[in-house]
Amino acid sequence: MAQIIQTATEPLPTVDVDVITLDLVENALRNARYEMDEVLFRTALSPGIREQHDEFPLIGDPEGKMVVGQFGLSIPDFLENFEGTIEEGDVLLTSDPYSCGAAISHANDWLVVMPIYFEGRIVGWASMFGHMSDVGGKTPASMPTDARTIYEEGVVIPPFKLYKAGVLDEDALRIILNQVRKPDWNRADLNGLVAACSTASRRVQELCARFGADTYTSALDALLDRNYRAMKALLQMVFKDGETLSFTDYICDDGVGYGPYELKLSLTRNGDKVLLDFTGSSPQAKGPINYFINENLVRMFFGIYMITVADPQILWNDGFYPLVDVEIPEDSFWKPKFPAALNARNHGIGRVFDLFGGLLGQTNPDLLNAAGFSSSPHFMYSGNYSEGERKGEWFQLYSIGFGGIPGRPIGDGPDGHSLWPSFVNIPCEYLESYYPLRVEAWETVSDTGGAGLHRGGNAVDAAYRFLEPGTIAIHDDRWLTYPWGVNGGEPGARGRKWIDRVDGTREILPSKIHDVEVAPGDVLHFVTWGGGGWGDPLARDPELVGLEVRRGLVTADGARRYGVVCDASGTVDTDATAALRAELAAGRPDVLPTFNSGPPLEEILARCEEETGLPAPKPPVAL
Amino acid sequence: MTYRLGVDVGGTFTDILLVDESSGETYRAKTPSTPHDQSVGVLRGIMQACAAADIGLDQVGDVMHGTTIATNAILEGKGARVGLVTTRGFRQVLQIARSFVPGGLAGWIIWPKPEPLAALEDTVEVGGRIASDGTVVEDLDEDDVRAALDKLAAQGVEALSISLINSYANPEHERRVAKVAQEVLGGLTVSVSSSVLPELREYERTLTTVANAYVQPRVARYTANLSEQLTESGVGGKLYILRSDGGLASAATAADNPVSLLLSGPAGGVSGAAWVAEQAGFSDFLTFDMGGTSTDVALVQDRVPRIGRETKVGDLTVRATSVDVRTVGAGGGSIAHVPPLTQALRVGPQSAGAVPGPAAYGQGGVEPTVTDANVVLGYLPTSLAGGEVTLDRAAAAAAVQTIVDATDLGSVEEAAEGIIDIVNENMLGALRLVSVQQGFDPRDFALVAFGGAGPLHANALGRLTGAWPVIIPPSPGVLCAYGDATTSMRDEAVRTLMRPFSSLDDDALRDQLVELADDARASLIRDGLSESDLTVTYAADLRYHGQGFEIPVAIDASAFDGNGGGLASLREAFDAEHERLFSFLLGNEHEIVTVRATASGPRPAVAAPVLASGDADSSGALVGTESIWVDGGAVDAGLYQRDQLLAGNVVTGPAVITEMDSTTLVLPGHAATVHPSGSLLIRPIDQSAADGAEG
Repeated sequence: MAQIIQTATEPLPTVDVDVITLDLVENALRNARYEMDEVLFRTALSPGIREQHDEFPLIGDPEGKMVVGQFGLSIPDFLENFEGTIEEGDVLLTSDPYSCGAAISHANDWLVVMPIYFEGRIVGWASMFGHMSDVGGKTPASMPTDARTIYEEGVVIPPFKLYKAGVLDEDALRIILNQVRKPDWNRADLNGLVAACSTASRRVQELCARFGADTYTSALDALLDRNYRAMKALLQMVFKDGETLSFTDYICDDGVGYGPYELKLSLTRNGDKVLLDFTGSSPQAKGPINYFINENLVRMFFGIYMITVADPQILWNDGFYPLVDVEIPEDSFWKPKFPAALNARNHGIGRVFDLFGGLLGQTNPDLLNAAGFSSSPHFMYSGNYSEGERKGEWFQLYSIGFGGIPGRPIGDGPDGHSLWPSFVNIPCEYLESYYPLRVEAWETVSDTGGAGLHRGGNAVDAAYRFLEPGTIAIHDDRWLTYPWGVNGGEPGARGRKWIDRVDGTREILPSKIHDVEVAPGDVLHFVTWGGGGWGDPLARDPELVGLEVRRGLVTADGARRYGVVCDASGTVDTDATAALRAELAAGRPDVLPTFNSGPPLEEILARCEEETGLPAPKPPVAL
Repeated sequence: MTYRLGVDVGGTFTDILLVDESSGETYRAKTPSTPHDQSVGVLRGIMQACAAADIGLDQVGDVMHGTTIATNAILEGKGARVGLVTTRGFRQVLQIARSFVPGGLAGWIIWPKPEPLAALEDTVEVGGRIASDGTVVEDLDEDDVRAALDKLAAQGVEALSISLINSYANPEHERRVAKVAQEVLGGLTVSVSSSVLPELREYERTLTTVANAYVQPRVARYTANLSEQLTESGVGGKLYILRSDGGLASAATAADNPVSLLLSGPAGGVSGAAWVAEQAGFSDFLTFDMGGTSTDVALVQDRVPRIGRETKVGDLTVRATSVDVRTVGAGGGSIAHVPPLTQALRVGPQSAGAVPGPAAYGQGGVEPTVTDANVVLGYLPTSLAGGEVTLDRAAAAAAVQTIVDATDLGSVEEAAEGIIDIVNENMLGALRLVSVQQGFDPRDFALVAFGGAGPLHANALGRLTGAWPVIIPPSPGVLCAYGDATTSMRDEAVRTLMRPFSSLDDDALRDQLVELADDARASLIRDGLSESDLTVTYAADLRYHGQGFEIPVAIDASAFDGNGGGLASLREAFDAEHERLFSFLLGNEHEIVTVRATASGPRPAVAAPVLASGDADSSGALVGTESIWVDGGAVDAGLYQRDQLLAGNVVTGPAVITEMDSTTLVLPGHAATVHPSGSLLIRPIDQSAADGAEG
């Protein structure tokens, strides 16, 4: 437990804060949080943060509860696990999920935590973590797909003071940076994280100076309370007392041959509170896909889904946490035992979107989206230039993929996007300028979005031609199980990866692999997955289907899934369409299923090799 | 000819300002805008202004025009049907749109994705490939090009855009496609990405090129039509259009590159503010232009507006140089509401617009707006716009009462004050974006307020930012037209280099600058300026090697001594900016991404008007008193008529100063001094006393 040193020891009084001051503080905090992003984006060097925005800011109250942020990273858990004093000017750093109650969940994420002092006392916390492209270890980008322990995943930094009373610990930083492949990236990104937290700290100090520290902290209490009250009302509206809802989804494999892993989430309202229970999920994985999840992060995820639709302008915070109990079984996928490998937990994080969507959508139609591109799959390419003026120089790329947003209550899912906020793709011209590769295609794949009244978004095919010998790594999922459709919508297409070798052969790659050697002229196709469809595809306007055929988003053949008969130019044959729709309607049940995950799992597994070119994974076993 | 004309066409009104160049005397006209054909309102206004000045149209010289024609084409979705030619494999560049989803963690659930400006069915791809170093990997397949263009022709596209991968490094293939397009598509306007924006990043370059093509036919038609009508009416001078960066371009040049006009309107305001502030003796200031639905702010340092590389219009962000104007969706028409679940008081972003407008306008509006709050508090006298609009105070109070009912606020006045405080805070957020967040302390700046509602909120914003004095220009409603009439001709040329400093020397860079300067001057010389009239300035976008964002810095051409002095001064300027913005430096090598030359013509000689002088006693303009609600209580405020004020008069708050198209609120504890150039300078009384009234 951290021991906080404050020169002003008398607690701040609680004062009344009028609704207007409250909104002023809320607005100022929102601005400060976006300013944190801005500072980091503009100064970071690694493509993951700089171009793709793989980072998460937070401003907390004096106890560390998040008052603004987009993704909880639990400061209370961090402080609980930190042994030592914290004083003004200290800046703390860690990358060890096992030492901070999973405030972060793999060693690539570097978490900076900074106390915010005003007139000798703590008035809040600024915190931010960012995904470092490389933290050392046995494979470039530090995410070995076959890791069994965290020891294989690079440098793991225990919580310590990067700055002690304002003075940088140069030696410690030197030791850490000596472990990684691109120390200048890590140094710049870390500088950016600290600069962003300093910015937040300054903004909070300005608010204290403007309104008074007592008014400021009381306003935070009121903001937290605002969330509490809103959530309490929402829970009563949406969930029946005592009723349990459940939803199950899957991670296809763990990188070392086992899968699919079953992820189960249940919800029960008991009076004012709800219980979120992960019991029934698979045991911890052998490979690195375990997602060590923090209870507060579960609460945050739950809350953000619940309230976004109710008041999009609300400042999201931790205030409602007392209303949500969380149960996570030990030694499970969600709470693995140290030193289980964690690097590939991004699949699990992504699947949380689908789990909550499937769970909450059952009683909240505004939230019942199909399964979408709940992922941030990784592509890595590295090596040494073999010729030219850069001969011998090391290059290393880490890039995130995009796919289909699902069909939604409000409409179609965008093609080639992501459920993750603020992520953007790296411009192809940028890639070609900085790396020895050429992008031969960056386009969405027709018919990969699930059919529905609202179509699921299409997957992306990114085709990379390599110009230098090197190795590549891939982290993706949904190659086996389907992104499900809802309300009669069909599932989206699964992901695929292959290399067309320069000698003309084609090599199918699994969705999780590293250290694959590539030669100049080889072309990798990194094809992601589509979003599921929403609603009855036979109810979609045939002319819209025709237009999408003209646009190349759906093929004439694919149009038949909507019961639409048209030619390659999208001209609809009205009579044939009516006939086909009648025929399709006659051959299906009167009531369409709420969820459509494609064929039963046994059938998917039985046909795995035939359909995907890859062997079926073995059932997971408890360790 | 000694008269020049500034024309600003806004959404509601067209403002005309006729300036006698020798005396500085001005004549104004304000007429309703004519959206179906803006030139109708423009000509009507010009005739009115000439009538007021008692001159014939043949005495009018050059016409300087700020226009929203390009902006409106985007906002209303009424541009041309654009065909787009891309490289094979990249047809969906606009569909994918860098995969960006705005909003928070669940933002994707509620985000309606906008349709691309060039429809996917009108986007074609062609074979042929250029590498990032400009070498040709695969030659352009002209048969493929012809087939693709035939398809677009058959589909009836009205403008063509061409954006091929890596064309910033080698424009050859794009030029060949353009040539084939002339044969296949005849007289269709063609926008080529390597000309519109020769910069790396395919999505941004494509989007900007498509936006250019999208607005081009409409802009070209409008400028040609207006030029013709001006000539027919006897106007002897030429038509110039205000660019987004605050410079003027001839109508023909403007129509060639209309994507550079998207912020023409706001740029006029900033230019006007620069003129007014200069007359009042201030060179560093923030601008605050508050209208009915939105507020635009910018920062001006040493009389030069900060220039940005992005232009935002609605959902669209293109890469085009513009005055760095930030817009926030807060204005007089912003609606206050209380979401039942959270019971927070929110103001905007929804707006009552012109129809039905605020409840006080009596046109059927019932939701409480910022204007209604101002009416309830007594800040707005009961007639607006010279008596044309009468305000319904009871209706305003009834609307604001809905806020009282939904919260625990005690009275309509308290609720109204809350609405004002919150909308002021939203606008403060925008002012902070251009000041604090760019490393500038607003207390080092003045604040120039204009637009219909700016002067009403300006004193409060001065109090929040500490930017003093607050400057209220004469006739704040026609400031944009003033800016149009008082700025200079400008053009720029830009090139992507993407070179580390180690691969450059002073001579190589200077050669680039010389070429760029020639390019930048070309259109101005074509339009009749002589080379000796032109001033060229240079800027570079720099970063540490590996960073994703660049910082623009000015290039000091005199530092190029051939011994590395030029590069050294650039390095120093960049490090100073990086330190100021982010408070740290890196050891990485510096990299120059783009260089830019900007050529400007001479500033027009326009004399400033001078008010008759008086003493500190402003009672000559006092027409009554009115009870207003401020800082939680009712006080009596003096009601002044602005056109009766003399130079040197001091109006002590609380006071309300009215004029034809605007109302200024002076808060208690503050005083407005009338400057001889006509501006009101508002300061806290303590500071006024300390500094004395400035001349």
